[in-house]
Amino acid sequence: MILDIKDLHVNIGDKQILKGLNLTLEEGKVHAIMGPNGSGKSTLSKAIVGHYDTRVTQGAILYKGKSILEMEAEERALEGIFLSFQHPIEIPGVNNAYFLRTALNAKRKHEGKEELNAAEFLRVMKGHLEALGMKSDMISRSLNEGFSGGEKKRNEILQMLILEPEVIILDEIDSGLDIDALRAVSEGINKMKDGKRSFLVITHYSRILDYIEPDYIHVLKDGKIVKTAGVELVEQLEEHGYDGIEEQEPLRTRS
Amino acid sequence: MATEEIDNIVSGDYKLGFEVDIETDTIPPGLDEDTIAFISKKKNEPEWMLELRLKALVKWQKMIEPQWAHIDYDPIDYQAISYYSTPKVAPNSLDEVDPKILEAYKKLGIPLEEQKQLQGIAVDAVFDSVSVKTTYSEELNKHGIIFCSISEAIQDHPELIKKYMFSVVPMNDNYFAALNSAVFTDGTFVYIPKGVRCPMELSTYFRINALNTGQFERTLIVADEGSYVSYNEGCSAPTRDEHQLHAAVVELITMKDAEIKYSTIQNWYPGDETGKGGIYNFVTKRGICKGDNSKISWTQVETGSAITWKYPSCILKGDNSVGEFYSVAVTTLAQQADTGTKMIHIGKNTSSTIISKGISAMKGQNTYRGLVKIGANAVGARNHSECDSLLIGSQCGAHTFPYLESKDMYGQVEHEATTSKISDEQLFYLRQRGISEENAVSMIVHGFCKEVFSQLPMEYAVEAKALLELTLEGSVG
Repeated sequence: MILDIKDLHVNIGDKQILKGLNLTLEEGKVHAIMGPNGSGKSTLSKAIVGHYDTRVTQGAILYKGKSILEMEAEERALEGIFLSFQHPIEIPGVNNAYFLRTALNAKRKHEGKEELNAAEFLRVMKGHLEALGMKSDMISRSLNEGFSGGEKKRNEILQMLILEPEVIILDEIDSGLDIDALRAVSEGINKMKDGKRSFLVITHYSRILDYIEPDYIHVLKDGKIVKTAGVELVEQLEEHGYDGIEEQEPLRTRS
Repeated sequence: MATEEIDNIVSGDYKLGFEVDIETDTIPPGLDEDTIAFISKKKNEPEWMLELRLKALVKWQKMIEPQWAHIDYDPIDYQAISYYSTPKVAPNSLDEVDPKILEAYKKLGIPLEEQKQLQGIAVDAVFDSVSVKTTYSEELNKHGIIFCSISEAIQDHPELIKKYMFSVVPMNDNYFAALNSAVFTDGTFVYIPKGVRCPMELSTYFRINALNTGQFERTLIVADEGSYVSYNEGCSAPTRDEHQLHAAVVELITMKDAEIKYSTIQNWYPGDETGKGGIYNFVTKRGICKGDNSKISWTQVETGSAITWKYPSCILKGDNSVGEFYSVAVTTLAQQADTGTKMIHIGKNTSSTIISKGISAMKGQNTYRGLVKIGANAVGARNHSECDSLLIGSQCGAHTFPYLESKDMYGQVEHEATTSKISDEQLFYLRQRGISEENAVSMIVHGFCKEVFSQLPMEYAVEAKALLELTLEGSVG
């Protein structure tokens, strides 16, 4: 297992959102988290990456066997945990390419590798841009500023491709995407599947799951994982909704 | 300067007046006619200059220190300031310069040596109040460009000085300008002849060095018809505890079709987080676009000083003339800045642009104060103003006071103002990509300042970025 979440309790403000959540991500697998609005899906992703809104009151998050709860957000990122944001924020005046290179070089430095100069970096980037169907001017614009919904999500995937993380959390990656963008984004994600990286796909709708085949479906309801099954669960959810799901005995995926 | 030397100066038994040893390096505190006469004599000035100085002193003595700015400081005792000091030895070449000074220059990144010269920049470095070295004068001479200290200009080019000094900033313009007019000790004079495009960036570094010595620079730049010059002024000062008064005056004049681009990086000691120490920077900078189609552009990056009071302005007299003001002002610790510009539209079809970026962190207070005035004859005048403030933390403040006076009913004036906080979401986004909090803040701040930095000459932009980083170090978290 690459990520092991045990009995996780998380507050946002004074409100308890996650109430004893258990989840194990296996190496090289795609885990989808589905659940109704307000069930705690985004809180889960925020807690994993150390977002300032979240306060872990109980439980543990182990990444490669080590607790990450004491780690700063940037340390978790450098160790290989990546979150594709549901709503990527705009940062005016910050050149996208400069940002991407800074992030990549921070990672390379962390790994004891040589930093890339601008020319080397552009070579790395060029292929990714084409694959994602992104115009080259997108990297010379300000970070996410004035990007359409689809452009923002493509830019998230571009960052994922460049940073090559090991645990990839995709929070509502398909929201606001038209069919072309969805396809491009999915291709980007599928390209990252190498049998080692793990994915946590947080989604409301099953649409994205047609493109990124999940190995496991977890249903999150009222702050807990209430059901874990294979991809066949998607159909059941589509027919009966979340109301039909009852909490089962904690079921651990193979490890 | 060693402690005992300082003690000697402070407790030294110098006497006021003409008996003062002309060889002395620093005169005791105090300001009266004798002080002025001393300075003038020390500078070997002609009689007419002394008379002008004395006239300014009389005007200043009748004036009252302005209180309208949004700044707060203890009253200044003008009699407690020493109005003249020079480095120990006036050197003829770099070899003679005190290695400690050279070391300080190096630390401050002041490339007085060959590196800079190779890059084509002439340096007239002002150490305390006297020029230490002027370079590249020969190359400039070829083009008929005059680039020298104001003291030299008073002796060598009296006709130009008499004609232009006080013509943009009259000696009684304001309290600090009057003070400067009486006691200015050095500064720069630039004259670009007709049709000449100055072949290099001109650059002067100022540095305040002697304890309790106010610095009163006087700069005058005249660009004759069809000429162009880019002038860079960069400043920094070492840490010290005493408040220091700095009241400079800069006058710019552009004739028909001429352009002056004036860039400043200011990084004087800001004092500590309680407001102790630091430099008072009360500056009058003004340019006049005298001829048609002329242009004056001010770009400033202000990170230092305990208090900044500064409004680089343009009088757009010639038809179609253009005035620009690009500013980044940073206040952190307990710094206060009241800065902005005045764009006075007199000629037809004159246009002005104001881009002001204020950054406040810790207990810093940042005020933008700007005036756009469109005269009755300024048909077709246009102004575009953008004033943005960025707050880092919750104890700092940003204030905006835009004033507009328009006598031309068709004048076109746009004003936009925003205040934003560095959002936690922006910071988090960058940190989630592995960028440290400190780097994330500087990235956001640089983004905010981009429009202004892009106006700076390349290497100044690099310097400005580094400076900004240094200034905001530790102001977050």
